[in-house]
Amino acid sequence: MTAEHTERGCLDKDEIAALVAADIPNGAFVNLGIGQPTTVADHLSPDQGVVLHTENGMLGMGRAAVGDEIDPDLINAGKVPVIETPGASYFHHADSFAMMRGGHLDVCVLGAFQVSCTGDLANWHTGAPDAIPAVGGAMDLAIGAKQVFVMMSLFTREGTSKLVDECTYPLTGRHCVSRVYSDHAVIDLTPEGAGVRATYGVSLDELRMRTGLDLMSN
Amino acid sequence: MTTAHLTDADAAVADIPDGATVLIGGFGTAGQPMELIDALHRHGAKDLTVVNNNAGNGDHGLAALLNTGNVRKILCSFPRQRDSWVFDGLYRSGKIELEVVPQGNLAERMRAAGAGIGAFFSPTGVGTPLAEGKEERTIDGRDYVLEYPIRGDFALVKAHRADRMGNLVYRKTARNFGPVMATAATTTLAQVSDVVETGELDPESIVTPSIYVDRVVHLPGVSELAREGAAG
Repeated sequence: MTAEHTERGCLDKDEIAALVAADIPNGAFVNLGIGQPTTVADHLSPDQGVVLHTENGMLGMGRAAVGDEIDPDLINAGKVPVIETPGASYFHHADSFAMMRGGHLDVCVLGAFQVSCTGDLANWHTGAPDAIPAVGGAMDLAIGAKQVFVMMSLFTREGTSKLVDECTYPLTGRHCVSRVYSDHAVIDLTPEGAGVRATYGVSLDELRMRTGLDLMSN
Repeated sequence: MTTAHLTDADAAVADIPDGATVLIGGFGTAGQPMELIDALHRHGAKDLTVVNNNAGNGDHGLAALLNTGNVRKILCSFPRQRDSWVFDGLYRSGKIELEVVPQGNLAERMRAAGAGIGAFFSPTGVGTPLAEGKEERTIDGRDYVLEYPIRGDFALVKAHRADRMGNLVYRKTARNFGPVMATAATTTLAQVSDVVETGELDPESIVTPSIYVDRVVHLPGVSELAREGAAG
């Protein structure tokens, strides 16, 4: 049964990040994508023992570096200076992506332009004819981890659902997203379709109406 | 050759011909062999194909090489950045060819070149525009796309420390593409901030064995921060 939280408003970005952090298993190896997913780190408790991977060649990445800690040779995938944590390790790019592609990472958290109900992901290119294509590690991340979580607002500013039957933006990966954490709902995605675990500020029926999707109750 | 040729930056790049494919290390500025790139720019080889994760930042280094029209084609994963105006302008006016490659495929294609692999099936990019026109195959129920090696005529990498044989150790995330590119080029040039006598690096800590390194350029003081803490 979907947990319908209609007594409250929708989740803010911080609350979404906290929900994601709470669902990351203890001891997991995790990659947090650039942008909003990075904020999940602020909500991980040391007791969880989560080890962060950054695709530019490091396990055991710590928080952003400040002051004297800043070292131009120690940056994350967003090119932000970070610190190392005890037990950290460094490796080259081919090893870093082998670790990802080989299914060794437990969880990857990414942002998205669109996600389909069966887990297709579009997050690298809007398809605009004058846009310069830039993919970075997005396609490798999308298909690499055992579980891929997406964090996004469920609707565009114009009110269009970003969860869709079929992505209209160019794909990053096929059938790769396992769960969406959004301001209005947490939704599991499987080849059978989208199942809503919880809603926030809306009922499941309202959500079905606003998205126009055949959402199942999970 | 058992000893890497210790030389200066300008001499190291002097035989890079027009039309060469040059692998250039670095992720952003970390691990970017800025002085070797500047030397290549002064050398003036034209019609180059460059492989780098990005397509230049600001006006210096790779961006300067692009700006003077020395590069015909670039292979990278992430050309578009806040400060990639040089590339953006060239691309929009059709003056440079771009092949966008997912970052992991970029690294693995160079790894394959260095390891003598003819091609490989990667799950990355399946079903996306970057797989269009490529051979696909389903193996044990999973879909893959065929990817070919990327070989360089020259690799320009930045390491932390070398010994006189050309064994290399790197520093933190500045390692990134260096070790893979060093294996994938016919001739590898490494710029380092420190050179020690053969035998002074712990063999257990060497990341790039000397067999992959042809020329070492010693640039003390380039990475002041790189002094403390690195293995070896």
